[in-house]
Amino acid sequence: MPDLAASRPAHSAHSVHRGTDLLPILHAPRARLLNNRRQTVVVLVVALLLLAAVVLTGRLLDGAAQQTDFTAKNLAPSLQHLFGTDWMGRDMLARSLAGLSTSVLVGLLAAGTSAVLALLLGTAAALGGKKADTAITWLIDLMMGIPHIVLLILISFAIGRGFWGVTIGVALTHWPNLARLIRAEILQCKESSFVAVARKLGRSPVRIALDHLLPYVFPQLLVGLVLLFPHAILHEAAITFLGFGLPPEQPAIGIILSESMSYLSAGMWWLALFPGLALIATVFLFDRAGSNLRTLIDPHRSQE
Amino acid sequence: MAARVAQQLVKFIVLIFAVSVVAFFLVSISPIDPVQANVGQVAYLNMSEAKRAQLAEYWGVGTPLWERYGHWLGSALQGDLGLSLRYNAPVTDVIAVRFANSAALMLVAWVISGVLGFALGIVAAAFKDRWPDRLIKGYCFLLASTPTFWLALVFLIVFAVWLGWFPLGFSVPIGVAPGDVTLLDSLHHLALPALTLSVVGVANIALHTREKAIDVLQSDALRFARARGQSTAGALLHHGLRNLALPALTLQFASISEIFGGSVLVEQVFSYPGLGQAAVTAGLGGDVALLVGITILSAAFVFGGNLLANVLYGVIDPRIRRAERKENHA
Repeated sequence: MPDLAASRPAHSAHSVHRGTDLLPILHAPRARLLNNRRQTVVVLVVALLLLAAVVLTGRLLDGAAQQTDFTAKNLAPSLQHLFGTDWMGRDMLARSLAGLSTSVLVGLLAAGTSAVLALLLGTAAALGGKKADTAITWLIDLMMGIPHIVLLILISFAIGRGFWGVTIGVALTHWPNLARLIRAEILQCKESSFVAVARKLGRSPVRIALDHLLPYVFPQLLVGLVLLFPHAILHEAAITFLGFGLPPEQPAIGIILSESMSYLSAGMWWLALFPGLALIATVFLFDRAGSNLRTLIDPHRSQE
Repeated sequence: MAARVAQQLVKFIVLIFAVSVVAFFLVSISPIDPVQANVGQVAYLNMSEAKRAQLAEYWGVGTPLWERYGHWLGSALQGDLGLSLRYNAPVTDVIAVRFANSAALMLVAWVISGVLGFALGIVAAAFKDRWPDRLIKGYCFLLASTPTFWLALVFLIVFAVWLGWFPLGFSVPIGVAPGDVTLLDSLHHLALPALTLSVVGVANIALHTREKAIDVLQSDALRFARARGQSTAGALLHHGLRNLALPALTLQFASISEIFGGSVLVEQVFSYPGLGQAAVTAGLGGDVALLVGITILSAAFVFGGNLLANVLYGVIDPRIRRAERKENHA
């Protein structure tokens, strides 16, 4: 963004002329090219664009990803095949992109479902009376007590493998943290004076929920959703890698990496390196976007 | 103190019981036909209808869920978790052997990642917004987005395939009698999986410690210590370390769940014969008894860690000790 740099005031010195007298500025933070707000917006836009691009190219390349070319197998990365080719002559770039688009789809569905579950259960715990609270808190403790991967193996065993199996499994395992957060937020809001005033003024519980509680938890929910997404993708890849997720014929990063294990000792490092890097880039971008969004939205962190 | 421990223990037992119910329920609704999964495709097709029915009855296909669970719980309380089909041995035996392997791996990773993460967090806070801080922060953020199994694969490529420093997998050399395996051999095979797991575990604790250390550095006590002429490092050592160690310890105990999950993936990459690999084999092979056993053990491991953290907190932190004493007097 060149115009941004140009529009910055030229004097970032420690004093400015204002009229005739010289005012010393005691606190002069270094001027930044992008402040946090702009940075967040840029990261979010880039992340969303990348998401759209990955899903689109992944869909378009689905044919190319499956296409085998036995005259061009086991090729190291070159200009023609940026990520190299595998033992069946499939282009690894096309395969990685197609795999990422599947991952993104699973991630979106799972993170969305998980966030809705967290909102419902967190709200029910906070507002549903002592019994509901105890039951849901127990459920959260229980879910957090079993390691995610073990729970995912169990769920995949229970409902079968494949696209929907993974999506449901990841959705069912990721809500507890967010639910706990939402419960705490709502409890805090419920005790606040503005809700007490609204109640005294005769507002109905539904109106209070819609006008006061929902706006109160919405930022947390949004941030939670954005942060759940990369997590969901990572767990999808992990469970697919172990053999419990997507079926082998579907292009997926987990499948690519697990298949690459048989070829690593033959020195075909590109089979594992690049698809993994593509996954990390996607996850990293969304993780940063979510964290920046939190700093921006969360009043407790607005001073950072 | 004793009352608190007892209360935690009761919670522990009830939670383990709940985990066993959930695990049992989940494996029971599985679409995988136990008869078909256990005798294999070919044998199943060649089998007579009567034989299939007989086996179905043997695996308890007809009996209702609660009856089977009661049966299982009855023997589980006597220490019998059933027979593992894949390993052809009692589940308790399989788990005992595998747990020893996994425990070594997880313990090493747990200690290294904890100490390293703690140190990195303090260094980052001491150099806040300067290049060491940026470097450590960037490293942690990047690591949080890295799939454990991919890092394991990269380490495998670099250290085992290219450099040849470490073996490609397994916990002991192939073709050597169990009696001839030396401790050095075992450590040699443990090194790479443990390294992967430690490197991944650092991120969380380092970032957390950094936040806390920044708070501590801005506290009045630290400002006064530095005004007296103490160096930043000295002030942190004398006034910050105890404050910082407590939350870090809690976090590290809470991260046992993640280390367990990571070890499942790492064991799979390195063919390391631990619990995680057994869980994957059990899950893929329809070994219901083993899967339930491992789930319960992993949950006990995680809850046990949290329990220990709670108890340790009471022992180390004088504020909690005093609060409890006051409660008892009242």
